Amino acid sequence: MKPFAYLRAGSVEEAVDAHAAHPGARYLGGGTNLIDLMKLEVERPPVLIDVSRLPLEGVRELPEGGLWAGATVRNSDLAAHPAVRDRYPALSEALLAGASGQLRNVATTGGNLLQRTRCPYFQDVTKPCNKREPGSGCGALEGVHRDHAVFGHSRHCVATHPSDMAVALAALDARVELYGTEGRRTVPVAEFHRLPGEHPERDTEIRPGELITGVVLPAATAGLPSAYRKARDRASYAFALASVAAVLEVADGVVRRAGIAFGGVAHRPWRARRAEEALVGAAPTEDAFEHAVDLELAAASPLRDNAFKVPLTRGLALDVLTRLAPRTASPA
Amino acid sequence: MDGPHHETGTGDRARESARPTGPGPGASGGGGALGTLPDACRSTTTLRVNGVSHTLTVDNRRVLLDLLREDLDLVGAKKGCDHGQCGACTVLLDGRRVNSCLLPAVALDGCEVTTVEGLPALAPPEDREDGENGGDPLHPLQRAFLERDAFQCGYCTPGQLCSAVGAIAEAVAGHPSHVTDPAAPSGEPVPLTREEIRERLSGNLCRCAAYPHIVEAVEDVLP
Amino acid sequence: MDSVAAQTPAGSPAVGAPAERREGREKVTGRARYAAEHPLPGRAYGWPVAASVARGRVRSLDTSGALEQPGVLTVLTPADAPRPAEPDDPTLRVLQDDRVPHHGWFVALVVGESLEAARAGAAAVRVEYAAEEHDVLLTADHPAAYTPERANGGNAGRRLRGDPEAAFAAAATRVDVSYRVPPLHNHPMEPHTSTAHWDGDRLRVYASTQGATTVRATLAALFELPEERITVTAEHVGGGFGSKGTPRPDVVLATMATLRTGRPVTVAIPRRMLPAATGHRAPTLHRLRLGSGPDGRLAGLLHEVTTYTSRVKEFTEQAAVPARVMYAVPHSLTEHRVVPLDVPTPSWMRAPGEAPGMYALESAMDELATALNRDPVELRIANEPDAEPDSGKPFSSRHLVECLREGARRFGWSARDPRPGTRREGALLIGTGVAAATYPVLVAPSAASAEALPDGTFVVRINATDIGTGARTILAQVAADALGVPLERVRSEVGSTDLPPAPLAGGSSGSSSWGWAVHQACAELAARLAEHSGRVPEGGLRTLADTKGTADAESPYARHAFGAHFAEVAVDTATGETRVRRLLGVFAAGRILNARTARSQLVGGMTMGLGMALTEGSTTDPVFGDFAESDLAAYHVPSHADVPDVEAHWLDEEDPHTNPMGSKGIGEIGIVGSAAAVGNAVHHATGVRFRELPLTPDRVLTGLRAARR
Repeated sequence: MKPFAYLRAGSVEEAVDAHAAHPGARYLGGGTNLIDLMKLEVERPPVLIDVSRLPLEGVRELPEGGLWAGATVRNSDLAAHPAVRDRYPALSEALLAGASGQLRNVATTGGNLLQRTRCPYFQDVTKPCNKREPGSGCGALEGVHRDHAVFGHSRHCVATHPSDMAVALAALDARVELYGTEGRRTVPVAEFHRLPGEHPERDTEIRPGELITGVVLPAATAGLPSAYRKARDRASYAFALASVAAVLEVADGVVRRAGIAFGGVAHRPWRARRAEEALVGAAPTEDAFEHAVDLELAAASPLRDNAFKVPLTRGLALDVLTRLAPRTASPA
Repeated sequence: MDGPHHETGTGDRARESARPTGPGPGASGGGGALGTLPDACRSTTTLRVNGVSHTLTVDNRRVLLDLLREDLDLVGAKKGCDHGQCGACTVLLDGRRVNSCLLPAVALDGCEVTTVEGLPALAPPEDREDGENGGDPLHPLQRAFLERDAFQCGYCTPGQLCSAVGAIAEAVAGHPSHVTDPAAPSGEPVPLTREEIRERLSGNLCRCAAYPHIVEAVEDVLP
Repeated sequence: MDSVAAQTPAGSPAVGAPAERREGREKVTGRARYAAEHPLPGRAYGWPVAASVARGRVRSLDTSGALEQPGVLTVLTPADAPRPAEPDDPTLRVLQDDRVPHHGWFVALVVGESLEAARAGAAAVRVEYAAEEHDVLLTADHPAAYTPERANGGNAGRRLRGDPEAAFAAAATRVDVSYRVPPLHNHPMEPHTSTAHWDGDRLRVYASTQGATTVRATLAALFELPEERITVTAEHVGGGFGSKGTPRPDVVLATMATLRTGRPVTVAIPRRMLPAATGHRAPTLHRLRLGSGPDGRLAGLLHEVTTYTSRVKEFTEQAAVPARVMYAVPHSLTEHRVVPLDVPTPSWMRAPGEAPGMYALESAMDELATALNRDPVELRIANEPDAEPDSGKPFSSRHLVECLREGARRFGWSARDPRPGTRREGALLIGTGVAAATYPVLVAPSAASAEALPDGTFVVRINATDIGTGARTILAQVAADALGVPLERVRSEVGSTDLPPAPLAGGSSGSSSWGWAVHQACAELAARLAEHSGRVPEGGLRTLADTKGTADAESPYARHAFGAHFAEVAVDTATGETRVRRLLGVFAAGRILNARTARSQLVGGMTMGLGMALTEGSTTDPVFGDFAESDLAAYHVPSHADVPDVEAHWLDEEDPHTNPMGSKGIGEIGIVGSAAAVGNAVHHATGVRFRELPLTPDRVLTGLRAARR
């Protein structure tokens, strides 16, 4: 880790101005991923701008029935918040399935969205990685890639996004709230992370210097049955081999709304649009779920050694959907 | 004095810095390192550690774990992986358990830190075991670890202890875990079953695998 | 049967009692200091630079960027590092030439005023390599494979009895199967660490090691110093599991750095460098052929193991050795083949040989039981030998059958429906499995002293190492009984080369070796005290014992501990996730010296076996030649949540042929067979036989789907 200067921002505007004044600076939230990567020399910022104490804390009710969660809310607090648990259970479950108690106490909402891939070639600066060093190649393509992508990868990058939280947010139609020199904007979480294409160095649609200020959970998915499940090598404290978040609205025996996202299988939380489209209007039966999920999985293109992720994702998705269905079938 | 310095608070529990060297007592990161470090890359920060206030000039790169171990000679928090992957460095920061290896000390100005050395002071006096032969007193969980043989090599033990104290507080505060029934009422204390204890302590690896005994020790001190 | 009394009743022996760890209070309060935790004036920090190619030479090494980093003091490189004498162990020949024998080999050491400076300096060292084609992949038919004369532990590379090929071919029931155990990493929680400094003309080293005596001898030879001028201290050691059994590069680097800088230097090998730099369990490919008659009695057994070693030195995991011990069979071949590759040097990891070997043998026995439609407990009992099959020596004691029966009783084995794939709970399939365990009784000569003090207390001194085994406590217990005094009156001093020399904590031999010397010193002291009518003369009374010639005398007996593991698992058919529900082990390991610490060690070993079965595995990257799982996020040591109910029990075994305590050693037997029991339970749960570890969701799900088709 090279020496760096440290600035503590007093306001969002101050943070963004400081970033503009210090090329290559990084915002410091909880630091659980950034400091890790700085120790590995993957990140080498000359300046850290501490945004962890900005007034972006707390979870607030929005007038139309949604929730706003601040960028600096710690993962454990977001997961425990009664409004999140009661109205967006998939988000709480996803957060609790990630990392450890200690890490969740520090990691922030904003930082979780911006965490970088766990690809071992990305983490090792002696190896080629187009994400870390564009043009250097992809070590994983022919290397060890059991944990890598089966959807949406390119010959330049087969990495996956490691977040659990983001998968739930994508399924729940949440939006990321951003502030930058060009002002404020929001982006759907499902479109915030990018596919690698020709430019795997760009993880997200964030613009240089932009700061995540919070996430907005929409009224539309509030209170609907939702759930998250991940599969992993070890019973706890391990990244997802694959995961599924889903929200399901059923009325009059018919699926009215379905939000399904897969984690650990792509460069971003993989919103299963084909499956969702197939489900809407159908009866929430096991057959319908299988048909919908298989439709989505038909788009998968596994690498040499990770074909298991396709049936794994299938198993998770069917389990989550069938768990959600009965609860909707008999309205309380 | 020009250069790095370290002031120890004058509270009733104030102790002298144990660090024997450096241009000033407790110069973080070694005097020489700070001496040639650009001014912008060091900062002065004040932390309250186990009830004692410390003001130090630190290399901005210094994480809390190294500050505790190298500057304050509080070696209870251990370095197992240095990357947040083992939990041996767990301490309580403003009462919450954290991996001290991933926290730049400069960002913690004004924070309160409790390490394993400070755990006994967290226990109510009636639950604390007084030190024998002038030794340190024990937190009830430390006593339970001894009785249950909840460790072998001892290297992960301080982290397990701090983590368990934090985890119990989290459950009391109503924080759910991965194994908590999603239908459990929000905001209510979560009963710590063995399954809950195991899940909540999973961020603390123990290669000796004292796990079953650690779980028993935690059960012994549940409120 | 075992029992853990809360207190030792007055007058009862100290040995066997569940005495609390003597250093326990220091460990739970954070006062116990490990190798990096000795603040010394002017201490500096070393950070290694590891090679990023699997084979080749260092073409150039530019240290200018490193030296420009604030706080960097110096960089040791092959061009200018001190030139110690040639080590016996070539893995300690660090920074001596430009050769890179494997990925992760150290090519430089940066020394800085702070950890931050040293790390930044190491990142700023620019190394260019002349890389060469590498070969890192182990295959069973590798053309370079050869049968070594000796596998690890001095075991014969090959043993042949009778005509096993013919016996196998003629057998009524045959099992011919292959298993694969991947590279495994020790990953003790404390990384390999040494702090070295000069105290006048004395070299003092705090080392994280399982054996300080060897560290001192090695440093003396390397740096041409008399042993009397070196003190190596290993007071508290954060685990080792074999990987700290002999000196590792950290202690050589720290000593070279203190020689260079004149300052105290700590070298803690960063976690990500441990897998390549400190030894690992080599992968093993097993072919097992078991042939039996209709009665289940083995007619022929062939266990052929292929493994790898590095180009640096030969180390052959002795995985075919347990088949020489376990079952009565008239015709047997046990053979190791080893392939030198451009890989990091393998070394000891908890139960080298037995752990992977018994995974294979005990899985194959389960397959034979299935083929014969026999209960796997009864099949093992049917093959119980009268004497050690390979040597013909009588067993000093062997209670495997009793372990199996007692384990079956405690586990509730008799209620088991032997048909696989029949217990279902929703998406979960539940199964149970059994496997046997064995580990040899090893012992080495040791010295120890005992002293009676005028105040009526006693001190035993021995350079034993307490790596978490409870050695300090156990040796005081042995001393108390040999002296015939209460435990509270005995103090033990361990963990320094200023004490009488003793062998390492390894091979489950520590307590036997050290206890023997302590017992002898204390017995002599008791006799001397009797000469003084029990009164201690002013100035005390001291005896020194050395068991050379007795402890290492050839035994006419085959001496081994035995055990039986029972496991229950749940396999999720939707995800392939496999979790253990309970593990139960019963061991016959001679006299148990401390019921409390023994239980912890056995549970710890069983759990490491659980990890070997389900979560732990390392992958050799074919392109880069390193381990893909280099840190604790990727290499999955079991977490709390993976380890539910683990029970360890033991039989009150008497063995007069091991040592004066009648103990056998318990550090390793817990891991032996544990993985096989879990694997056999997975077969029982699913009806699918998996033959490659670990049983992670990718393998299990793929296997379940293949079986369904």
